[in-house]
Amino acid sequence: MRRGALRRIGARALHVFVLVFFVVALAFPFFWMLIATFKRNIDLYTVENNPFLFNMPPTLEHLRFLFAETRFVRWLGNTALVGVLVVAITLLLSVPAAYALARLAGRWGERLGIAIFLTYLIPPTLLFIPLSRVVALLGLQDSIFSVVVVYPTMTVPFSVWLLMAFFKSIPKELEDAAMVDGLTRFGAFLKMVVPISVSGILTVVIFTFTLVTQEFVYALTFISPESNQMVGVGIPIFLVRGDVYYWGSLMAACLVASLPIAVVYNLFLDRFIAGFTVGSVK
Amino acid sequence: MLLPAVLYILALVGLPLVLAVFYAFSDARIGSTSIHWVGLENFRSILESPSFRKAIRNSVVFTVSAQVIVIVCSTILSIALEKPFRGRGIVRFLILLPWVAPVSLGTIGWKWILDSIYSVITWVLVALHVYKPYSAPMWLGEPHLAMASVVLVHCWRLIPFSTVIVLAGLSAIPKEVPEAAAIDGAGFWRTLFQINIPMMAPILSVAILFGTVFTFTDMTVVYILTAGGPFDSTQTLPSLAFATGIAGSDLAAGAAISLFLVPVLVGVAYLMLRVAHRAEVT
Repeated sequence: MRRGALRRIGARALHVFVLVFFVVALAFPFFWMLIATFKRNIDLYTVENNPFLFNMPPTLEHLRFLFAETRFVRWLGNTALVGVLVVAITLLLSVPAAYALARLAGRWGERLGIAIFLTYLIPPTLLFIPLSRVVALLGLQDSIFSVVVVYPTMTVPFSVWLLMAFFKSIPKELEDAAMVDGLTRFGAFLKMVVPISVSGILTVVIFTFTLVTQEFVYALTFISPESNQMVGVGIPIFLVRGDVYYWGSLMAACLVASLPIAVVYNLFLDRFIAGFTVGSVK
Repeated sequence: MLLPAVLYILALVGLPLVLAVFYAFSDARIGSTSIHWVGLENFRSILESPSFRKAIRNSVVFTVSAQVIVIVCSTILSIALEKPFRGRGIVRFLILLPWVAPVSLGTIGWKWILDSIYSVITWVLVALHVYKPYSAPMWLGEPHLAMASVVLVHCWRLIPFSTVIVLAGLSAIPKEVPEAAAIDGAGFWRTLFQINIPMMAPILSVAILFGTVFTFTDMTVVYILTAGGPFDSTQTLPSLAFATGIAGSDLAAGAAISLFLVPVLVGVAYLMLRVAHRAEVT
C-alpha cells in the first residue's frame, strides 16, 4: 500500500520534471529575447552583471530604434504583401487541382496526389542555384516578386494534399443533387463544396502565410537591396552593421516578428500534422 | 483543373531540377552568359576539395545525431504531454515555439545565447566556478563545440515537430490495448517497449523521415550560427553549395554540390511511399 503511494508520487514528480525541463529548454531563447529587448546596453554588455536580472531600469530604447531607425517596418510590410499574393496564387492553383484529384476515379488520383505531395520534399537548397538564373531571366532579381513567383512551388503541393483529403470526405451526391437542381458543375462546386471546406481552405491560408514568413534560402539568394527584404532575412543580415551586433534591437525584432506568427500557427497545428502523417494514423 | 497546378510545378520545380543537373556538367558562372559543357570536371574538382569532404561528413553526422536525440526526446515528451494536466494549452504553446517561429529568428536568439563574450551559458558556468572569468571556451569558435551547437539548435527546432507527430500516433492507439496489458500485469516499461513503441512504428518513421529531410537539406541554422566556420568545421552540403554557387559565383560547382542531396531525398521518398502504402493496406 505504502509502496504504491510512493510510486505514484515518484511518477508524478517525474512527469512534472520532464515537462518543466522541456518547457525551459525549448522556450528559453524566446525568454532571453524578451530580457534583452528591455535591457540597457551598458547592462547587456557588462560581463560581471547577472544577466538574469535588470541591474539598471528597463528601457524602450531598443524598440524605438528598431521602429524608427531601421527598415524593420518596411520588411514587415514586404512580408505581408508577399504573403497575401502567395496565398492568392496558392489557392487559385491548389483548390481546383485538389478537387479534380479528389474526384478522379480509381488509383490514379491517389498516385498523382502522392506524386504532387512528394515534390514538397524537394528542398530550396537543391533548386536555389538554377532558380537564381530563372529569376534573373524573368527580370525579377532583387524584387519581392521573385519570391512571389517561387514560393507557390513550396506551398501548392502540401495544400493540394491537405485539400484533397478534405474534398474526399464530402459526398459526391451533394454536388449531383445540386446539378440536378440546374447548377453547372462549377456552380455546384462553389455553392456546395466550398462552404463546407472553409476550415480546410483556412488551414491552407495559414500554412502558406507562415511558410512565407519562415522561408530563408530563396529570399537570401534572390533579393539583395536592404529595402526589399523579407523579415526572415532582413533581421539576421541587415540589423547587423559591419561586424557589430545590436543585440537589444536584434532580439526585439526577433520577438516582435515571431510571436504573432507563432500564435496563429499554434491554432492550426493539428491540421498540418494530419497532413504530414500521410495516413499512417487512422 | 489539374493542369495549372501541374504546369506551375513543372515550370518552377521540374525545369530547375533539370537545369541543376545541366549546370553541374557546365562552367556556368554568375555574370557570364556563355555556358560550355565540361563533363565531369566539376565533380572531379569538388571530390578533391577537403571542404567538400568535410561538408559530406558533417551533413551525415549532424543529420543522424540530431534524429537520434530528437526521437528519444520527443517520445519522452509526448508521453508526458498525453496525460491530462492543468495548463496543458500554455505548455503546448511554449513547447511548440521553436517550430512555429521563423527559423532564422530563433537561430539568432541562439547566437546571442552562445555569444563569445556575453553568453549566458558562460556566465552561469563562471558563477558555478566551472571556469575562471574570461577563460571559458568560445562556443561557436572551436570546431567541436561549434558542431555540437549546430546539432543542438537543429534538435531544439525539430523536437516540437516530432513531438506533435508522435503525440498524434500515441493518441491513436486504442486505449483497450494498454489497459488489457496492464490487467495482464505488464508494467510501464514493458507496455512502452512491447506495445506503444511497436504500435507507433509507422508514425515514428514518418517523424524520422521528415526530420531527416529538414536537417539534411537545411542551411539556415549553419549559415546564421557559424557560416560554416571555424575552418569549415560546421560546413554542410547546402551551406557549401551556397558559399560556392551564390557567394562565390561558381554556379556550376554549387549545383554539383547540391546534387549530392538527391540520393538521400530519393531514399526518403521511397521509404515514405512504403509507409503510406502499408498504412493503406492494413
